[in-house]
Amino acid sequence: MAGTPIVEIRHLFKSYQRGGQVVPVLHDLSFDIAEGEYLALMGPSGSGKSTLLNLIAGIDKPDSGELRISGEDISRLSESGLADWRAANIGFIFQFYNLMPVLTAFENVELPLLLTGLGRRDRRERVELALEMVSLTDRSAHYPSELSGGQQQRVAIARAIITDPLLIVADEPTGDLDRVSAGDILGMLERLNRELGKTIVMVTHDQRAAERARIVKHLDKGELVDGESLLKTQ
Amino acid sequence: MVIPFSYTAKNLGARKMTTTLTAAGMALVVFVFATVLMLQEGLKKTLVDTGSPDNVVVTRRSAGTEVQSGIDRAQAAVVESQPEIAYGADGKVRVSKEMVVLITLQKRDSDKPSNVIIRGLGDEGRAMRPQVRITHGRMFKPGSSEIVAGRSIAGRFRGAGVGEQLRFGMRDWVVVGTFDANGSGFDSEIWGDVDQLMQAFRRPVFSSLILKLGDPARFDSLKQHLESDPRLTVEAKRESVFYAEQSEVLANFIGYLGLTLSVIFSIGATIGAMITMYASVASRTAEIGTLRALGFRSSGILVVFLVEALLLGLVGGVIGLFFASFMQFLTISTMNWQSFAELAFSFTLNPSIVAKSLAFALCMGLLGGFLPAVRASRLNIVDALRAP
Ligand SMILES: Nc1ncnc2c1ncn2[C@@H]1O[C@H](COP(=O)(O)OP(=O)(O)OP(=O)(O)O)[C@@H](O)[C@H]1O
Ligand SMILES: [Mg+2]
Repeated sequence: MAGTPIVEIRHLFKSYQRGGQVVPVLHDLSFDIAEGEYLALMGPSGSGKSTLLNLIAGIDKPDSGELRISGEDISRLSESGLADWRAANIGFIFQFYNLMPVLTAFENVELPLLLTGLGRRDRRERVELALEMVSLTDRSAHYPSELSGGQQQRVAIARAIITDPLLIVADEPTGDLDRVSAGDILGMLERLNRELGKTIVMVTHDQRAAERARIVKHLDKGELVDGESLLKTQ
Repeated sequence: MVIPFSYTAKNLGARKMTTTLTAAGMALVVFVFATVLMLQEGLKKTLVDTGSPDNVVVTRRSAGTEVQSGIDRAQAAVVESQPEIAYGADGKVRVSKEMVVLITLQKRDSDKPSNVIIRGLGDEGRAMRPQVRITHGRMFKPGSSEIVAGRSIAGRFRGAGVGEQLRFGMRDWVVVGTFDANGSGFDSEIWGDVDQLMQAFRRPVFSSLILKLGDPARFDSLKQHLESDPRLTVEAKRESVFYAEQSEVLANFIGYLGLTLSVIFSIGATIGAMITMYASVASRTAEIGTLRALGFRSSGILVVFLVEALLLGLVGGVIGLFFASFMQFLTISTMNWQSFAELAFSFTLNPSIVAKSLAFALCMGLLGGFLPAVRASRLNIVDALRAP
């Protein structure tokens, strides 16, 4: 199902400075991600997967090129404008869950909602719903340290969907989990995509994880090597 | 757009040991700061309460204190004839001619000698100090070798309790009572009959004259008359001003000493807070990166860490004040360098001192937390997320 592109990447360049030397990471990258897509990014270590994901998620800035999401070129947004944009449009899932250790599962899921104008009661309703979707209703008062890795990642998924974002980005979401928990998480991501139509971009090393996605792209040395999914620039 | 306060508070609570130690350092500084202010306030209160605004103290010009002053009988007669002075029910002018000398007494606990003020006065002098009440025994009888001792003297000096005897001026004096002067400087004095004391000390002149004004507003006119009269070499001050000036040097000294100590200590405490806050930022780098990724602005992160540092300061301030408040139950005595006599006073806490101490604590927190908070707010998101 090829809907309208939600992410449009054109001639994207990104390099890092290391000890006075310029290390090119992404080299003239161009491709689209359609709405409702579930994309798995694979590739060897250091190929630039995380870098690409960070650019799409708006936590890093490209050197040059266009990066339009839902029509908006986010590489032109200001620092605080970008922060507001992330709050409204991106849901994050990290390899190491990245929950606030001093907040309960409920409070962690609620966190992104504090950036919206939502009242206390509405927030509560939505958090409860999100926790129900990840089957953690009975754990809402628990702290991250009281939860297993798989459960923590489920809290993180609830946090990622709580604002109903345009795009969910996940950097090796199963990288720190055992097979059973990883299967759980992948099942949930799949349901988010299938049943709720969420657009998901996932970076993974795990072949089994990649198979659950609709499309797999391979990145090597900053270039897409999977010719089939390479989109020729106009 | 703000990260909830509970997040900040819980983070402080999560690092109990560091928080406690840092707050304890600040508490110590606030304790010193507050007790110095309380000491100054207590001293001021003691000496200001000693004087009444419608009493006027007349001493020899530039004598400074009553002990160093002398007014002979001829001059006293001129002073007494001033029209601004009130008349008593008996038709006599309300003037108390007093004699003040210093004697050395031994402390009960340490045997250390210390100077104590003896004040000789008559009925009028007692009537002018209504705050002085006999608490044990009775008042001295006029024309006798009886004396009464102030509250701070009776307990602390050998021979100054009721029924005991003191030897000075080549005579034995019986202590027949103790009095409470309501926290004023008189609590640190011994009182006796003025004529008896002048004889004993072979003093031909009075030390000071205390006048009661008929109308307190006419003080300036009285002062003008007394100080411009060619027969007189005296100066007149309102009693309240006279005693406030007596405390100035000591109060200033305590103030400067206390402030210096507080500033030096506070540098240490502020650096402590800074180290703690830097550690807090470092240990939560990934958390900061996550918050930023979720859409919290860098200004929000700045606020989080500033609030955390302020909270740390507040905790230190409250603990410091808590312990400082117990100092109110303590009375200390020291030598007042202006009168060279022992003066007892207590630490006095008031809302202004509470406010100043808390403000001081918050300042330490803010100063210590500022740079770490700026660092936290400027972290690169991607780098922060890579942190362990
Ligand atoms: N902040 C940075 N400073 C310098 N170099 C960086 C920085 N971030 C990434 N790089 C470099 O950019 C290249 C791509 O990094 P990236 O993290 O995107 O790789 P990756 O494909 O996600 O690898 P992995 O599978 O190991 O996570 C690597 O060579 C890395 O060393
Ligand atoms: Mg990576």
